[in-house]
Amino acid sequence: MTIDLADVPIWAAIPAAAFLVIGAGLSLLGTLGLVRLQTFYDRIHAPTLATSWGAGGMVMASMIIFTAASARPVFHEILIGIFVTVTTPVTLMMLGRATLYRDRMENSPDLPKAARHVPEPEDEEKEEQNT
Amino acid sequence: MSEIILVSAIWIAQGALALAMCLCTWRMVLGPRAQDRVLAMDALYVCAMLQLLAFGIRTGNTIFFEASLVIGVLGFVATVSLAKFLMRGEVIE
Amino acid sequence: MSAIIPYPLLAAGLVLMWLLLGGFTPGHLVLSIIVGVGCSHALAALGEKSLKVRRWLAIPRLFGIVLYDIVRSNIAVAGIILSGQRRTRSSGFITIPLKVRHPSALAILSIILTSTPGTAWLDYSSARGELLIHVFDLVDPEQWVELIGTRYERLLMEIFE
Repeated sequence: MTIDLADVPIWAAIPAAAFLVIGAGLSLLGTLGLVRLQTFYDRIHAPTLATSWGAGGMVMASMIIFTAASARPVFHEILIGIFVTVTTPVTLMMLGRATLYRDRMENSPDLPKAARHVPEPEDEEKEEQNT
Repeated sequence: MSEIILVSAIWIAQGALALAMCLCTWRMVLGPRAQDRVLAMDALYVCAMLQLLAFGIRTGNTIFFEASLVIGVLGFVATVSLAKFLMRGEVIE
Repeated sequence: MSAIIPYPLLAAGLVLMWLLLGGFTPGHLVLSIIVGVGCSHALAALGEKSLKVRRWLAIPRLFGIVLYDIVRSNIAVAGIILSGQRRTRSSGFITIPLKVRHPSALAILSIILTSTPGTAWLDYSSARGELLIHVFDLVDPEQWVELIGTRYERLLMEIFE
């Protein structure tokens, strides 16, 4: 399916343009944070700007434009939005856990006391049996 | 009139996303550790996905959306497997 | 119902996704129903427990709260990134005791916490029921523990347990 941008009425073009600029601008801010922030745990927050409102804004804009230009509801872009929302937590959680694991193994000084390794209850029981 | 508004908005958006991709690449080169590079690569994939979405809007062709979904899936699998590797592979550099 | 389609929600989701990507034609409808039902049987063979939602009414409320929080924290984090390091800001780790044990509720809590810029889910210990998160702009740890407990956890427990 193809559309022509000239078919988009002006009442749809203005909000769509606003969503486009806001979405792309927030993604840019997120990656700016990725470069400017100092520690890894701070930087892990930055890409969520791109995946929450960055992707959301672009998907909204595309839905408005395609719906207005083809005069029937088009919303299969929403799959992209849902996909990003569901997969980002998984990737960031895995990365966060991997980093925490590595920092704990190395006894990194970046890690405050609250995040140090606390033995699991099963571990404690084993230690008690050993002694 | 609406075409001028949309085309200029798409230009701004694509420029911002291209700059964002450059910043991700910069962090990927800079490091300093492996997890920073993987995080930057994940962000790069997301920006590439949004860039393709913007291409789809500019050309008015929905085939780009399927391409952007494919990039999203690839980025997800790549990041998860790299994170898994960081956790259980050669851990200490 | 559960004998023919073990996971009605999953099957419906697959059918909807297929039709959105392929276009709505009778042929696609039949094919997507075959794939949806087949996939839900494949998942049933893996032995996953089916998802039971107790209160549907709480879902739109949770959705609204999360959407509002995402917008708010987006603005907050964008502001901090723009202002750079001039303002003194402390980020830090907090351990939060969780009462909720249901796996689906925990999965949704992890999606909420990660999608809102400003909080990142790091580690969860199922033995102690403790969650370690990293907060971007940490002022008062007690406030965060209370916020997550009252704002999300109670609603999630209403929905699932």
